[in-house]
Amino acid sequence: MSSGKRVPFKNPVIEWIDQRLPLFTMLEKEYGSFPTPKNFNYLWNFGAIATFMLAVMIATGIFLAMEYTPSTDHAFNSVERIMRDVNWGWLIRYVHMNGASMFFVAVFVHMFRGMYYGSFKAPRELLWMLGVATFLLMMATAFMGYVLPWGQMSFWGATVITNLFSAIPVIGDDIVIWLWGGFSVDNPTLNRFFALHYLLPFVIVAVVVLHVAALHVSGSNNPTGVEPKSSKDTVPFHPYYTAKDSFGLLIFIIVYAAVVFWAPNSMGHPDNYTPANPMVTPAHIVPEWYFLPFYAILRAFTIDITIPFTSIVVISSKLGGVILMFGAIAVLFLLPWLDRSPVRSGTYRPLFKIFFWVFLAVCITLGWVGKNPPEGIYVIIGQIATAWYFIHFLIVLPLLTKYEKPLPLPASISEAVKRKGAR
Amino acid sequence: MSRSFIGLVFLIAALALPALASENAQHPHAPPSGWPHHGVAGTYDRAALQRGFQVYKQVCATCHSMKHLAYRHLAEIGFNEAEVKALAAEYNVTDGPNDEGEMFQRPARPSDFFVKPYPNDQAARAANNGALPPDLSLIIKGREGHEDYIYSLLTGYGQTPPAEEKIAQGMSYNPYFAGHQIAMPSPLVEGAVTYADGTAASVEQMSKDVTQFLTWAGEPRMEIRKQTGIKTLLFLVVFAGVSYGVKRRIWKKLR
Repeated sequence: MSSGKRVPFKNPVIEWIDQRLPLFTMLEKEYGSFPTPKNFNYLWNFGAIATFMLAVMIATGIFLAMEYTPSTDHAFNSVERIMRDVNWGWLIRYVHMNGASMFFVAVFVHMFRGMYYGSFKAPRELLWMLGVATFLLMMATAFMGYVLPWGQMSFWGATVITNLFSAIPVIGDDIVIWLWGGFSVDNPTLNRFFALHYLLPFVIVAVVVLHVAALHVSGSNNPTGVEPKSSKDTVPFHPYYTAKDSFGLLIFIIVYAAVVFWAPNSMGHPDNYTPANPMVTPAHIVPEWYFLPFYAILRAFTIDITIPFTSIVVISSKLGGVILMFGAIAVLFLLPWLDRSPVRSGTYRPLFKIFFWVFLAVCITLGWVGKNPPEGIYVIIGQIATAWYFIHFLIVLPLLTKYEKPLPLPASISEAVKRKGAR
Repeated sequence: MSRSFIGLVFLIAALALPALASENAQHPHAPPSGWPHHGVAGTYDRAALQRGFQVYKQVCATCHSMKHLAYRHLAEIGFNEAEVKALAAEYNVTDGPNDEGEMFQRPARPSDFFVKPYPNDQAARAANNGALPPDLSLIIKGREGHEDYIYSLLTGYGQTPPAEEKIAQGMSYNPYFAGHQIAMPSPLVEGAVTYADGTAASVEQMSKDVTQFLTWAGEPRMEIRKQTGIKTLLFLVVFAGVSYGVKRRIWKKLR
């Protein structure tokens, strides 16, 4: 930041500041003239959209926290007060509540885009891993946020998820008591979840800053997966992508607004409008939609693994499920070393392309299974889909790396753009 | 690119579909006239809300509380200040302690919340065969099927249960209730209330009215929400159009 030549600014105030702290030089370098591949499609908007959602969540969350009371006696009522008596409280809450869903929509698209176009491959492995870390933090934050209104699903969701840790051998039960701050999900749990729910978004901001910093070292990937070869392949970020991102963001906000104003409770569960009651278990405990695929993986492990010819359980079905669920995220961290095909973009990988869409379908199937009760056909479909989830990463991708014959790559981004224009 | 978009739409649609109700309860339905508050710009029918409030006050309130509502909120469904004051004054609330350290009874004020029929859950259970009548403030938002469910439940009494279903002592048969056995006996009978506006108080009419009142009670900001939504969307669509024009113009330079 400090090294290199500084081009003076005409405005004396900006120049005065920039001489002492080159903020404007940095902004100009990273968001003004920053060379960006000229061939992005609209899927490349979702990074900016996710950043916008993070800002929306923090802004609305701070105002909600001013009116919210983290106590088992008052949490539910304080949320209802926000909905009824706080000026525009209903709007802020619905924006926040549905914002979580929209944030996950943006991040899911962003991740699948990265997988399809090989954006995680060298030299962008760390960039990808920082993204997965953000995703993990988002999941923790969203989970704790869903507990705060202290409705039936809040309470029972918290009970089910925290109980997962009891699957850890020997120390599991003690860990759960430590997490709860007592012997069940109760006031201490709600209080610490509120504290963490307020803290974690700022940790996410920090990781996102690193994510963007890493992006600005390697530069963006692009739909061809071919690195820019000359200045003909790139355009300055501003005004080209500021304009394109603004348009894409507005379309996204239109969808978001439609949900907030006309279907604000469509992403939630009706049971969460019933106050938490430890004595009454809901018929089906289901997490928010964005957790459903992982919930299905968690429940896919249905047998205890024992030492052969004995009844000594090595891995209980519960522990197995927990291992699978965390494994499903851990495997994402390893993706750069599982898919090592030198060709980044799925566009030039005829076999990978098919497996990518199958994988997407499997993830959606897992979500559908997660929504349904763990009985009958759902269990079997869930197990097959879970198996495929891991087969895709651990077997299909390494094999494709070895045996797939990719199509010839364009010589440069410009050539690819020209070829597409001619067609 | 277009294929990626189809995939994306598919993903969102599949994940956002509301969970299917898996209980054996019969699927709830709306009244033949539909709901006036549905639709992009739908508003509550004030006359129906006031009639519905009367049904709640004279029938439901015997057992069901509405703890998130204050008497002042009734101004929003068309009662004037004097009417709200008079409605509140029909009830007594415990206040205090006064300067002597005593709790005392006084008539409710508009700022007081709806007086509950029972002092606590235990008293409610004791008076209702062990069953707890739920608070109705959020009953519409808190049940799968929402207003259709409550309307269907209220009009779903009086049918003969199938031979294989044994109805326990003190329970009623209602095909819309999960498990078909409900502790609440048929709450509405023809003419249970006398409407001031002369509307005939059929079970169907009272069910429709009280369901609309309960919908308002759960979501009192629905009207301003939809109105704000229309303004917001109009602005966003115009802004997005302008933004698209700007984008096109900037990218034209490249060719």
